[in-house]
Amino acid sequence: MVTTTAATDTRRRIVARPAAWLVWGAVIFFFLNLLGVVGSVLVSSFGQRWFDTWFPDGYTTKWYGDAWTEFALLQVITVTLQVSLLVVGLSLLIGVPAAYVLARRSFPGKRAIYLVFLLPILMPPITYGIPLATVLYKFGFAGHLSGVVLANLVPSVPFVILTMTPFIEQIDPRIESAARMCGAGMRSVFLRVLAPLLLPGMLASAILVLVRTVGMFELTFLTAGPDSQTLVVALYYSMSAAGIRAQQSVDAMAVMYTAMMLVLLVIALRYVNPTQLVARVKEEPEP
Amino acid sequence: MSVTTPTPAVESAGPPAPARAHWQHRLAERGVDRHLWLLTPALLFVVLLFLYPFFYGLGLSFQPTEGGPFSDYARFFGDAYQRDTIWTTLGLALPAALLNVVASVPIAYRMRGRFRGKRLVTILLVVPITLGTVLTAQGLLNFLGPTGWFNRVLTALHLTDEPIRLVHNYWGVFFSLVITGFPFAFLLVLSYLSGIDPTLERAAATLGAGWWQRFRMITLPLLMPGLATTFCLTFVLAFSVFPSAVLVGNPAGETRVISIAAYQAAYEQYDYPYASAIAMIMGLIELVVIAVVLFARTRFYTGSTGGKG
Amino acid sequence: MTAGAKAFSQLRLQGVSRRFGGHDALRDLDLTIEAGEFVALLGPSGCGKSTALNCLAGLLPLTAGSIWQDERRIDTLPPERRGFGMVFQNYALFPHMSVRANIAFGLRMRRLPKDEIRRRTDEAVRLVRLEDHAGKLPGQLSGGQQQRVAIARAVVLEPSLVLMDEPLSNLDAKLRLEMRTEIRRLHQSLGLTTVYVTHDQEEALSLADRLVVLREGRVQQIGAPEELHTRPANWHVADFMGYRNLWTMRVREAADGTVAVERDGLRLVGVPVGPVAPGDEVIVAVRPEDVRVDQGDATTNAVPAEIEVVEYQGRELAAEAVTAAGSRVHLRTDRRVAPGDPVTLSIDPQRLLVFPGDAAATRPADKAAAVVEEPGLVG
Repeated sequence: MVTTTAATDTRRRIVARPAAWLVWGAVIFFFLNLLGVVGSVLVSSFGQRWFDTWFPDGYTTKWYGDAWTEFALLQVITVTLQVSLLVVGLSLLIGVPAAYVLARRSFPGKRAIYLVFLLPILMPPITYGIPLATVLYKFGFAGHLSGVVLANLVPSVPFVILTMTPFIEQIDPRIESAARMCGAGMRSVFLRVLAPLLLPGMLASAILVLVRTVGMFELTFLTAGPDSQTLVVALYYSMSAAGIRAQQSVDAMAVMYTAMMLVLLVIALRYVNPTQLVARVKEEPEP
Repeated sequence: MSVTTPTPAVESAGPPAPARAHWQHRLAERGVDRHLWLLTPALLFVVLLFLYPFFYGLGLSFQPTEGGPFSDYARFFGDAYQRDTIWTTLGLALPAALLNVVASVPIAYRMRGRFRGKRLVTILLVVPITLGTVLTAQGLLNFLGPTGWFNRVLTALHLTDEPIRLVHNYWGVFFSLVITGFPFAFLLVLSYLSGIDPTLERAAATLGAGWWQRFRMITLPLLMPGLATTFCLTFVLAFSVFPSAVLVGNPAGETRVISIAAYQAAYEQYDYPYASAIAMIMGLIELVVIAVVLFARTRFYTGSTGGKG
Repeated sequence: MTAGAKAFSQLRLQGVSRRFGGHDALRDLDLTIEAGEFVALLGPSGCGKSTALNCLAGLLPLTAGSIWQDERRIDTLPPERRGFGMVFQNYALFPHMSVRANIAFGLRMRRLPKDEIRRRTDEAVRLVRLEDHAGKLPGQLSGGQQQRVAIARAVVLEPSLVLMDEPLSNLDAKLRLEMRTEIRRLHQSLGLTTVYVTHDQEEALSLADRLVVLREGRVQQIGAPEELHTRPANWHVADFMGYRNLWTMRVREAADGTVAVERDGLRLVGVPVGPVAPGDEVIVAVRPEDVRVDQGDATTNAVPAEIEVVEYQGRELAAEAVTAAGSRVHLRTDRRVAPGDPVTLSIDPQRLLVFPGDAAATRPADKAAAVVEEPGLVG
C-alpha cells in the first residue's frame, strides 16, 4: 500500500483515494442526516397535514400563531433572555477576577482550587443538579427566576474561568509591570490596561455562556417553576405531553428555538471560532 | 489607588542591620498578596452553590426515610430494575463516546491543514451541539420515525420492506448521542491534531516511513492524550443523557438510564434522600470511568507537540 | 507627586537576596549606585541579573535584605510608588494604545495638567525621533522603533532611576549597534541614573561606567570596564569576558608575582590571579587575540602547534590550533594561515592569567590578588 517516500502530495494522490472517498462519504452521510433531522422539523412546522407522505399536503403558518399563544411563548422567551443575560453578567463578574488570580499567581492550594472549579464542568448536571435543586427549594429560590439563575451559574462561572485563564495568561505580564513602573496603581492597571486587552476574551466568553445557558436543559428543568421556564424546558414539556397538542405546533416552537439558537450562533461565530464553542482548545490561527 | 496599601515602614535613619526581609515580602513570597481577594467571589460561589449542595446531597443520601444510613444504597443495588440502569447508561454512553472518538480520528486526519470550506464544515458541525439534545430529539422523532424521511428513503431504495423501528428504543437514543457527540469529538480531535507539528511527519517521511507508519508511530502516540481527554468529555456528555432518553428512547424499558431513575426518585416519589443516593452513585461511576481513562493517559507522552496548538 | 520621584544621591542595595523554591536566584547583593551612574549587571542567563533588576523595580519581593534610597527604605514600596522607569526586554508596550498614548501613560497616571502632558510627550517623541510615527500602534512599528517607544516611555517621567532589562536582545546585530549608541547618547544628554542588565559583555563594556558580574546569583566582580577586561577576578569572569582559552594545568613554581604551570609537557609562564601554590590545579586563561603566531623568536611561552580550523572574519582570521600534546588554542591573527600549517604560538606572560581552580575560586572575588608586579622569567 505504501510506495511513495518524501513527496507528501504525490502520496496523497496515489494512495489516499479510497480512504478519502470513505471519509468524505461518512461526512456527507452525517450531514444528510443532520439536514433531515432539522429539515423535518422545519417542514413539519409549516405543513397543514403530514401523514405517511414525502411532504405535507399543504403549507401554512398558522402553527406558529398557535404555538405562540398556546405555549405563552412571549413570556417564555422573556424569561429565557432574562435568565441568560443575568447568568452572563454574573458569571463574568465572578469569573474574570478569579481567572486573573489563577492565571497570574501561584499560591498554596492553587491546584486544589482549580480542581474545584473544574468539577462542575466534569460532573453530569443531573448529579449535582438534584442536590442543588433540593437546597434551592429548601431556601426558597427554586421555582423562581432567581433559582434558575443560581443553578445556571454553577457550570457558567467555571466555564468563564476556564476560558479566561488562558486568555489572560497569553497577555504578557510585563505589560502590567510596565504600567506599574509608569506609576499606575492597581485600579488603573485594571481599567486602562487590562480591561481593553481582555475585552475580546470577555466578549467571547460571554457569548459562549449565553449559548450554553439558552441551551442548558437539565439544570433549568430541575429548578424552574411554571413561571420561570426557559424555551428549551418549555419545548421539552410540550414534547413529553405529545398528543395533547398538535405535533406541528410543537414543531413550530422547536423551529423558533432553533432560530433563536442560530441567531446566537451567528453572533457567536463573529467573535469566536467554532472549536471554542466546544471546549477551550486553541485553534490554529486563521490565515 | 483605590486599594489600601500598608504604609511603607520608614525605619529610622542610619545604617540598618541587614535584617530579614520585610513581612510583606515574606507573604508575597508565597504568592499571598491583596490580589487574592479577587478570588473570594468565585470561591464563595463554588462553596455555596456547588460544594455545599453536593455535600448536603451526600449527607442526605445517608439519611434515608427509613432504615440505616446505607439502606438507600442497598435499596438501589438490591433492586434489579434500578441496578440495571447503570448498565443501561454505560451501554449507551461508552459505545457512543467510543464511536464518536474513533470515527473522528480518520476524518480529522484527512481534514487537518487548510482547505476551502473548512470553516463552513466546522460551522455546520457546531449546529447540532448548539441545538442541544431536546431539539435533536424532536428532529429524530420526525426523521427516523416509521413515516419519516429516513425510512422512506430506505423503502424507496428497496433496502427494506417495512419501516425499521429506530425511535423509542435504544437506537433512537444512540443516534441522538452520535448527532450531538460526534461534532463535539471531531472538533476537539481536529484541534488536537492541528496542534501536532506537521514537520514531524515530514521528518519521518524523509526517514522512509510510509503513511501508515507515520500515523502509527508519530501522529497517533502524540494524539493519544488528546484522544483520552476527548473521550472523557464526550463520555460526560453521553453519560448525563436525559432528555433524549425520555423523548426518543423507551424511558420505561431499554433506555431507562440512571438519570431517569434519579429524576423519578426526586420528582415523582419526592424521596430526596433516595434521589441523592442515586445521584451520588451516578457521579461516582462517571468519575471512576474518567479516572481510568486519565490514568491510562499518563502512560503517553503528554508534553509539547511542537505545533501551534 | 509620587513619593519616589525626587532624585537621590545614593541608592543602596544591602544583602538583597531572592529565592525561588529552594534555589537562590540572587544572594547577598550589596551595591551602591551613585546618582548619574550607568551600572551594568552582566552575566550568563540564569545568573540572577534580571532577578536583581526586578527586585530593584519592586516587581519581585525580596527574600532577604533591603533597598535604601538615601535614608529611606524603599523595598516595601510597590513599583508604582518608587518613581523608577523601566525598559523591558520585549518592550511591553501597551498594544492597544498609540505611540503617543504609550509615552503619555505615565504622565497621565501622575495626573499632570493636560498641556504639560502634551508638551512633555512631544519632547520625548522628538528625543527618540519618532515624530512621524506618534499616531501608530506599537504593532505597526519595527523592532527598533518599538524599542525607542519603550525608552521614551521610561524616560519621559524623568525618573530617579532607569532600569533596562536586556533592551537590545531582540534586535538584529546592526540595529543593536545603533541603539547602543542611542542609549549612550540619551544617558549623556539626560544624565539619568541607569541600571542596565545584559548578557552581552561587549554591550556592557561599551555602555557602562561600572559593571557588576554575576554568576549563579552571586556577585563575582564589581569594577570599571577596563578593570574587568584586563583583570577578571576569577576564571568564571574571565570565561565570560572573552578569555576563550581556558586550560586546566598544574603549578610548578610560584614566585614574585609570576607562576609557572605545566601539563603534558607544555610549560607556560603567567601572572597569578588569586592564591596559587606549587602543586595546585589551576585554570589558565588567555584571550584569542593575545596569542601571537610566528612572531620573532620568543623564548617564553612558545608553543609549536598546527592550525586546524580557520574562520574568515574580515581583517582577521579566527583560528583553532592544536598543540603536540593535543591542547586546543583559539587565536586571532592577521596572518593568512591555512589548516595544516605548522606554526609557533607565543603568549606574553603578562597576558596569561593563572586562576586558582574551582575548589578555591568559589570564594568571593578577591581583588587584592589581582594586583601584580613586574613579570619575571621563570626558568
